[in-house]
Amino acid sequence: MKDFAALFTRIDESTKTSVKTAALADYFTAASPDDRLWTIALFTGRRPKRTITATSLREWAAEVAGLPDWLFEESYSIAGDLAETISLVLPPAKQDIDRSLSYWISYIKSLSILDADARKTGILDAWDSLPSTERFLFTKLLTGGFRIGVSAKLITRALSQSTGQPEPQLTHKLMGNWTPDTVTWETLIEADDPTADQSRPYPFYLAHPLDGFDTLGEPADWNAERKWDGIRGQLIIRGGTHHLWSRGEDLMTDRFPELAQLTDYLPDGTVIDGEILAFADETPLSFNALQKRIGRKTVPKKLLAEAPVILMAYDLLEHAGRDIRETALKDRRTALKILIDSVPVTVPLRLSTSLPFATWNDLVAARDQSRALNAEGLMLKRRDSPYLAGRKRGDWWKWKIDPLTIDAVMIYAQAGHGRRANLFTDYTFAVRDGNDLVPFTKAYSGLTDAEFREITAWVRKNTLQRFGPVRQVPAEHVFEIAFEGIQASPRHKSGVALRFPRMLRWRRDKPVDQANTLDDLKEMLATFG
Amino acid sequence: MADVLTFTDRGIYCPAGDFYIDPWKPVDRALITHGHSDHARPGMTRYLATKGTAPVMRHRLGEIQLQTISYGEKKIIGGAEVSFHPAGHVPGSAQIRVEVKGEVWVVSGDYKTVADGLSEPFEPVACHAFITECTFGMPIFKWTPEDILTQQINDWWTANAAEGKTSILGAYALGKAQRLLTTVNPDIGPILTHGAIEATNTVLRGQGITLPDTTLVTPDTTYKTHPGALVLATPSALGTTWARKFGPASTAFASGWMALRGVRRRRAADRGFIVSDHADWDGLNAAIKATGATKIFATHGYTSVFQRWLREEGYDVHIVSMDYQGEGFDQPDEGAT
Repeated sequence: MKDFAALFTRIDESTKTSVKTAALADYFTAASPDDRLWTIALFTGRRPKRTITATSLREWAAEVAGLPDWLFEESYSIAGDLAETISLVLPPAKQDIDRSLSYWISYIKSLSILDADARKTGILDAWDSLPSTERFLFTKLLTGGFRIGVSAKLITRALSQSTGQPEPQLTHKLMGNWTPDTVTWETLIEADDPTADQSRPYPFYLAHPLDGFDTLGEPADWNAERKWDGIRGQLIIRGGTHHLWSRGEDLMTDRFPELAQLTDYLPDGTVIDGEILAFADETPLSFNALQKRIGRKTVPKKLLAEAPVILMAYDLLEHAGRDIRETALKDRRTALKILIDSVPVTVPLRLSTSLPFATWNDLVAARDQSRALNAEGLMLKRRDSPYLAGRKRGDWWKWKIDPLTIDAVMIYAQAGHGRRANLFTDYTFAVRDGNDLVPFTKAYSGLTDAEFREITAWVRKNTLQRFGPVRQVPAEHVFEIAFEGIQASPRHKSGVALRFPRMLRWRRDKPVDQANTLDDLKEMLATFG
Repeated sequence: MADVLTFTDRGIYCPAGDFYIDPWKPVDRALITHGHSDHARPGMTRYLATKGTAPVMRHRLGEIQLQTISYGEKKIIGGAEVSFHPAGHVPGSAQIRVEVKGEVWVVSGDYKTVADGLSEPFEPVACHAFITECTFGMPIFKWTPEDILTQQINDWWTANAAEGKTSILGAYALGKAQRLLTTVNPDIGPILTHGAIEATNTVLRGQGITLPDTTLVTPDTTYKTHPGALVLATPSALGTTWARKFGPASTAFASGWMALRGVRRRRAADRGFIVSDHADWDGLNAAIKATGATKIFATHGYTSVFQRWLREEGYDVHIVSMDYQGEGFDQPDEGAT
């Protein structure tokens, strides 16, 4: 695993894309096919089946390191990564054994058939045979989630360099629910047919935020539609069955069982890009309704009735078994409309309609209605644009509405973990209620590193009281908090819960007595909840 | 029995001797553990520090009334007997032992237990109560052994020089920078220094400490005049226009925080060397054990965690909030601990 550790180190130590790509390309040229395949799998979010629970790993590591469990947990909360914490607290390895990446993956798999004691011995032996970086990586294989600053795009570019195949083709080959156990390097990368896998999705096309109308040209060249506030999804109907993929390449088929009936109405060889929306009486419900269904693998009947979903279709990528991504948007949309018009209205599928407009000004008015329609804003797409892969400038633009904002007072601070382990980055905010301050949200992001450093220095000097890792600070600083939605929440003291709260800016100009009040917050709940 | 030391809003105070240790507000008499700015502050009427700390204090604080003392030398102040003992933190740094009526308390200041080849090595001092820092009081902090660290830095510098790159290393101006200077191999290439570091070098050389030859970076210094150089800079100088004139460069930080991958990545340096002038987890625990103290005061760092850990180990532990910084990378990037 030394070559894999060296690859990891080269990638991890650099912030330059060119260096990372070169490191990967070198590795793809030198490593064995099995190691190459596993490396692609790991860096695209696929990992070996979990054979050891995280709880066991924590217990064993604490035991070997001679630490009480609570101290191991404190360490974990600072390092922010379980595998890193384990590799840091363990005593140095007694041996240094160099085996391949695939060897260690087989080793992990072989543990699954053993009894608990033998599994523990197996893990402890491995920890004691691997020097620090390799030990960290081995433990990462056990805990999963190999995010190390390598995007799928980077992998594809490096693969393209080492294999000579074009990037878009490789991007497509890497999509879908393959695992290193179901494919080989040969069938995944070398073979020519990316549709061999019936469930394989197309890479999503993502829009850039609109930065003005000046460069767009004629309004007539553009299609405008709502940017619906749900979950972007790609529905695939092939071979008499369907698959539903999220933008993050999660398979969501079973979470939205009402979409299964689409296979009865749409022909084989149909792939639709759309938005999963909670929807009733021909109206999209707010994201709050859909939220209840996110993360549920199975859906109870009651929830199905409360928050039924539809697929709001934006685009057609495959038609009659043919990849039509190269044809113009307007033609794809025409074909999409014909398909949808042939389906009865009882079926949960709708076309995201085009908004009529003559001037850009017309769109300003349309965008202002977004929140009332439970939409996030508008999308502008060039009528003759192909369906590209990834985030590309030029043909597709998103024009989101401004977030809701409120001015709040910081009252508690807590140190971050991982990247922010030595900074106070996690704050609790309050609104005024008479002479009291009522906490209503936490926020962690939105400030610059320099601002976080400044606040960290201030928190250190101004701590009023400590509650474990949390520090109470004087109510002196006002921040503008932005958020995407608000809903009633009996679990919170303030009675509300915010969606995606973050700090928009530090209002150094605002004294605390000008921060918003609980009444302001309740009014927002009444208006937007 | 009355406490030998108390903790006030001016600093650590000895009622029997009427003096303060490392105070942060003006007082009449201040005993100083070492020359870092959060411990040796301006505004005191009288200072007492080791001979090794005096030059840097005079350099930083200007005209001050400063009396010096040797390690191990006993001095009576009022009803207290005080002595200074090596803390291994930076050259001249001391733990301060205070004895009143047979009761001994020791203030560690900042310390580390491994020998760095430059500072007078840490000496455990037996005491009843030990006032300790715990900047890195978590078991995830374990420092790279000195020989491996030296190898890592030399290898990094050599590889950069071979690729025609300048090596820019960010380290504290007092202590860390000089410690690294004495461990790297000066045969690899020229060593350039940032003004703040060279100023400290001059002070330390003036008190008889041997450092390899260094060249102060001037407006005329570039990567063309000094190809393959190692540039020692304060952490705040990295990423500024000052650093950009060295052309193609690899950047690194030398800090205990580099043990954490997340912090390493946030600072976006090419390399992070895990080295600190504070004690790591094992160092803190060994130092506390060696004092034989049963009463412990934790001043700065991961105090609440460290307190709980030591309590479970059977110590009587208290947290006292002192206005010390521990190890940040630089002002104002201090630790959130």
